[in-house]
Amino acid sequence: MKKRLLALLLGSAVLSTLSPALAKDTGYLFISSEKDNSIMVMDSGDFSVIKVIPTADRPRHMAFNADHSLIYAACGDGESIDIIDVARLEVTDRIEDIDDPEAFDLSPDGGMMYLSLEDEGALGFIDLASKALVAEVEVGEEPEGVLTGPDGKTVYVTSEVANTVHLVDTANRELKANIVVGKRPRRFALTPDNLELWVTSELDASVSIINLADNTVREVIRFEPKGFRREQVTPVGIVMTADGRGAWVALGRSNHVAYVDVASRKVEDYILVGNRAWNVTLNRDESRLYVVNGLSDDLSVIDTGSRKVIRSVPAGRVPYMALIDD
Amino acid sequence: MTRHSRTGTGGLSASTLLPCLPLLLALLHASAGIAHAEDTFTIGYLELKGDARYKEKRLFARYLGQPLGRPYAGAEVAIREVRFHGTELGLGFALEKVEAETPAGLQPALEAMQARGIRFVAVDLPAEQLLPLAQSQRGKAVVLFNVSAPEDRLRGEDCQPNLYHTLPSQAMLYDALAQYLVSRKWRNILELTGPEPEDQALSAAFARSARKFGLRISAQRPFELGNDPRDRSRNNIALLSGGDHDAIFVADARGEFARSVPYQTRNPDLIVGSEGLAPMAWHWSWERYGAPQLEKRFEKMHQRPMTGTDWAAWIAIKSVAESVQATRSTDVATISAKMTAPDTLYDNFKGTAGGFRAWDHQLRQPVLLATHNWVVERTPLDGFLHQTNTLDSIGVDERESRCRF
Repeated sequence: MKKRLLALLLGSAVLSTLSPALAKDTGYLFISSEKDNSIMVMDSGDFSVIKVIPTADRPRHMAFNADHSLIYAACGDGESIDIIDVARLEVTDRIEDIDDPEAFDLSPDGGMMYLSLEDEGALGFIDLASKALVAEVEVGEEPEGVLTGPDGKTVYVTSEVANTVHLVDTANRELKANIVVGKRPRRFALTPDNLELWVTSELDASVSIINLADNTVREVIRFEPKGFRREQVTPVGIVMTADGRGAWVALGRSNHVAYVDVASRKVEDYILVGNRAWNVTLNRDESRLYVVNGLSDDLSVIDTGSRKVIRSVPAGRVPYMALIDD
Repeated sequence: MTRHSRTGTGGLSASTLLPCLPLLLALLHASAGIAHAEDTFTIGYLELKGDARYKEKRLFARYLGQPLGRPYAGAEVAIREVRFHGTELGLGFALEKVEAETPAGLQPALEAMQARGIRFVAVDLPAEQLLPLAQSQRGKAVVLFNVSAPEDRLRGEDCQPNLYHTLPSQAMLYDALAQYLVSRKWRNILELTGPEPEDQALSAAFARSARKFGLRISAQRPFELGNDPRDRSRNNIALLSGGDHDAIFVADARGEFARSVPYQTRNPDLIVGSEGLAPMAWHWSWERYGAPQLEKRFEKMHQRPMTGTDWAAWIAIKSVAESVQATRSTDVATISAKMTAPDTLYDNFKGTAGGFRAWDHQLRQPVLLATHNWVVERTPLDGFLHQTNTLDSIGVDERESRCRF
């Protein structure tokens, strides 16, 4: 308790004096790595390592706050959410005693964190101002991907074990619907018109497209990169372009990322990257796609215009995801 | 006499449900398989009191690859995992365990479960009790899951149409080991074989795998437990282990002799089979494909590591619930058909999902090769191919199967 209080005081002191003006558009890549217990900071121009930020054990999912002055990092084995000051490149605050946090999303006003609690089989609500876990909603086992709906009234969360996307009502904090999708659903992307929710299914080699008007699966896109058996095609990370025309999907064990034309649902390209491509990140102008490869410990940089890998950079032991501050 | 216990996942608690359960289930089955509102789908679990495989002393010894407790523990983890699998149908899954006091009580206990509307039952019995029980259910609308008997004959000449096997067969286990030995080019094998019929069954299964993958059993020597100097050629490991070979295979179903073999051999030998490196359905140290999350859930609930038989009970329950979710039906024929359909894949947390083989009802799955604290390999190994399904490179394939339902 004392430690937490100290961290809180320290955190708020730091925030009031140093942030946020210095933190803008650094061009830095932040890469969490599951086995190094740290986040690597890399220059996205020359890929030199700027700093390695020690964190609590096993940082996985990360997200910026609205003005990019802070990064929240869920540390699964450290049982904490570490808060990194982007200007100082340091952990300046920490939300503790969270049992196995995995992935999360923030409320539209940035005040609430919706977090999958892998061990509990629950979606946690963390009030970021008081840093308290204020509610838990029971969902299927191994909840993973979390996405806040555009109006903030609904949070979508996958259960890997129940093969289900749960819709959680953020006001009364209850389940309002369950949608069965392909096996082991993982991550989400929302079309910019807010009409379709795309969810990757790791053990179904597919993306299920949910029609948000009636919460049913409208279509399923299957991935079949050449030379791989179906069980090797394990989609996890997904990101959609801002104009909603294209989606990039990391295909895990098949060591490829796919580019899908959203309108026609056609997989236009499969691009070979490193081993077990896990998460994908676009930069702001969408000229680059960063792919973290968990089993070859590196980052593949794709030029989205030519759809070719232009660099491959070491990125720590079992890298999980990348963020870019640009 | 039998003892009952129930674990529920539906909206109602087990105790409030119990009195009205037969009625609920009767309604469920009368409505041609589609359920509405909050119904309960109960999966049965049958075990035998005093089963020698779970004697306290044997569990305490922690023989490599053997149970650390009753596999029901795995079923309890599974029933919690499937609490959302029936939501689209308005179904909650529940588990009902019955422990028969004597082997004679098994069939009445199973039939009493059926009278209560239970159609899917995981059965934890040794082969000698399992076979007559399964034979007695021929032609009935009930599906039994064998979660703890690895004998090949149950999937071969003694196979039964409503008996499904989630534990790997001995043929699968030793095919996995043989693939590994061949891939390391450790082809010359000395075999030490125990006197029990179970040991002979292991030996026969290994001989089949050796033939299949091209291992050479350079010598086979019988061992005995004991210290009688007149029997030293059978109980002295240094004397038993002489000669030129790449590894020693120990066929010891109980494990008491096998555990004493490492470090007592004449040469610095590798030990495989019942000690050293053993094939198994599950190992706590397995760390890929989501396995640590399952292991963690199991240990949190039961305060011990998960083993192969726990895993087999776990996936028996999961395969029923996943089939109900996928077919949107609770009908026995529909679900049985789904279980053996070529495109059915159950997530086994071992990386390559599989369904049941149509020709002998054995669940396809990867087999792990593990020491006491590490999984060395997952099989099928790369390079061992199969014309239709790589998982069928381990175990008895359709063409060689002796099963005729």
